[in-house]
Amino acid sequence: MSDGQTDADFRAGLRDWLEANCPEQMRDSGTSESAICWGGKNWEFSSPEQKLWLERCAAKGYTVPTWPVEYGGAGMTRDQEKVFHEEMNRINARSPLQSFGIWMLGPALLHFGSHEQKLEYLPPIARGEVRWCQGYSEPGAGSDLANVQTYGEDKGDHWLVNGQKIWTSYADKADQIFALVRTDRDAKKHLGISFLLIDMEDAGVETRPIKMISGISPFCETFFTDVKVPKDRIVGTPNRGWDVAKYLLTHEREMISGSGALESGGRALGAVLTDTLEQLDATLKADAMRCEIDALAMGLTLERYKDQAEAGQGAGDASAMLKYMGTELNKQRHELMMSAGGSAALEWDGDVGNRAGDWLRTKANSIEGGTSEVMLSIVSRRVLGLPA
Amino acid sequence: MTEEETMLADMARGFLDGAAPVSAFRKMRDEGLTHDAALWKEMAEMGWAGVLVPEEAGGSDMGYAAANVIAREMGKTLAVSPFLSTAVMAATALRQVSDARANAALAKIASGDVTYALAVDEGIKHDPDATAMEARADGNGFRLTGKKTFVVDGAMADRLLVLAKTADGLTLFDIPADRAGITRTQSNMIDARDAAKIDFADVEATGEDVLGQVDNAMTVLRPALRAGQAALAAEMAGLSAGAFDMTVGYLKERKQFGTEIGRFQALQHRAAHLWCETELTASAILNAGRMMDSDPENAELAVSLAKAKATATATLAVQEGVQMHGGIGMTDAYDMGFYMKRARVGAEWLGDYSYHAEKVAASRGF
Repeated sequence: MSDGQTDADFRAGLRDWLEANCPEQMRDSGTSESAICWGGKNWEFSSPEQKLWLERCAAKGYTVPTWPVEYGGAGMTRDQEKVFHEEMNRINARSPLQSFGIWMLGPALLHFGSHEQKLEYLPPIARGEVRWCQGYSEPGAGSDLANVQTYGEDKGDHWLVNGQKIWTSYADKADQIFALVRTDRDAKKHLGISFLLIDMEDAGVETRPIKMISGISPFCETFFTDVKVPKDRIVGTPNRGWDVAKYLLTHEREMISGSGALESGGRALGAVLTDTLEQLDATLKADAMRCEIDALAMGLTLERYKDQAEAGQGAGDASAMLKYMGTELNKQRHELMMSAGGSAALEWDGDVGNRAGDWLRTKANSIEGGTSEVMLSIVSRRVLGLPA
Repeated sequence: MTEEETMLADMARGFLDGAAPVSAFRKMRDEGLTHDAALWKEMAEMGWAGVLVPEEAGGSDMGYAAANVIAREMGKTLAVSPFLSTAVMAATALRQVSDARANAALAKIASGDVTYALAVDEGIKHDPDATAMEARADGNGFRLTGKKTFVVDGAMADRLLVLAKTADGLTLFDIPADRAGITRTQSNMIDARDAAKIDFADVEATGEDVLGQVDNAMTVLRPALRAGQAALAAEMAGLSAGAFDMTVGYLKERKQFGTEIGRFQALQHRAAHLWCETELTASAILNAGRMMDSDPENAELAVSLAKAKATATATLAVQEGVQMHGGIGMTDAYDMGFYMKRARVGAEWLGDYSYHAEKVAASRGF
């Protein structure tokens, strides 16, 4: 982006490019599972257009608009990114790519990684060539995440990793995993963890999908048995992986919090419920209005914190607030949609789509990435300064 | 908030902590006073009375977002002043009319020499469109007959903005409060502020007294009401913050079962939830101020969102405030009750939660 370029030029340029390059089939703002492109070595595109759309966006850095150009991004400022999303929304363009690499590992590498690591790992994420998953939770380390027991024994040029992860989203489809591994059993629990990058094809890595109440299996158990992890496959310094994890959790919380928010141009609950609105009683309508008011205020709050982040102030501990409020609101919203759907919403893939599946999925929102209760404890201790 | 807004907030806080702490409000309440003329003069000297008055009329013309910042700081310590009635609402109404008389009135507002009250409500709920009071045409003028209620600052105001029905719509009149035929009765309000019931018996008004155009009150009144609603939301957010700070302070201090009660997770989580609500409310209020300054024609959603959210949050803040303080929160000697009573009045004034929720719903496709 040249300095002399005006905002209007920038918008017009994007608009022209999108008009010329976004395939017709990709302009349905599809949010169903089949509309999503996750990328990765084994990715099967749902259509030739999905592939074309990804390639065209990746060539311009539009899969990760704010990442630096040398790492596969478009180097946009936050204001430019806003314009980008507005123009994408204007033609209902699908997101060309989404992934845990974009949302989580990317930000961690941009912050903690060396230049070499950024060059090695970020462009394949941006091009959708490598799909990452997150290995955080363990059977004995849920809310008490720093209690991870998966152990990496120091073997000189590598760590020998043994242990088990759980709730590893899409581990069965991922090429790589970023994992919290204990590398010092003698240190205090927060100070003996390293943030390791492990190839899912390595000998000794096994995954098993877990079927959830929503009927699908987005989560897995992942087992490590004598997996050799070279010493250069670490983000940050050995035994300081908790710093990376915390930074990433903040990111994850902000990401999940977006689910319950409505930007003023976003889709109103009223519009979602229009088809059955006349059949609904006053109580349900009143609840929906209350939810809408809170969701709008939540949307404005996310915007405010994003603006602060752009100005150099991270949300920090307040991200716990964003995560808590956003996910609780999303659950409310889906409760209302189920209620509004009545018996039609009780069928899997019935007349109102997979509303029941979506509703059940939202119940995990206030558990994953730190439960609502953990978020409230973070706020009470770190923001309000109440005694532990 | 912008840097200027933060500076304004700090300045306002510094002034109000000295000139209008909660103890000053308590003293007024104990003495049966509802207005502090000297305090309003000082506020005028700082440019607060003229916050929305153009500079050529002697105002500081800082805009709506700035007015909200001031209102918020006033709310924190329950400062009593005609800021909302006069500096925000009357000034906004007068600004919609660009004639010499309106400019002269704006100048008097900015200097603190005149105060206003809005005589709009007639029933128990805010509903300007349902106004029944009549202004009957009489020669070249009008005769106003009817009753207004919950006229905030109505007993002490120098002038009244009165909404009345005319032949083909509603008309807004700007008349002196002591005109013949007007009887004002101060209400004994729970928040110890000035509000009045006003009786109009064949009160004479001329064409000169009409603010804006006959049968077209809303062009002038609607922006004024919106400005008032946004500033009231800001005041309530300040009130919530004041009550919340007291409560968190108490949680850190009060000991039961041999430890600070703030160690109990049941209370921690409720306090944390309340803080989250105050953050959402703050966003809605900032947004309302920005919209009022940048696109006032389309500010209805933003303002109603702010007022609804601020009402809900203030209600929660004062309930939790009393509950977490326990018995002492119920005593008159403790300030929390003042916050609770002001929050209830603020909840009703200029439209309650339902009123504003309906406005939000209408613009969101319900």
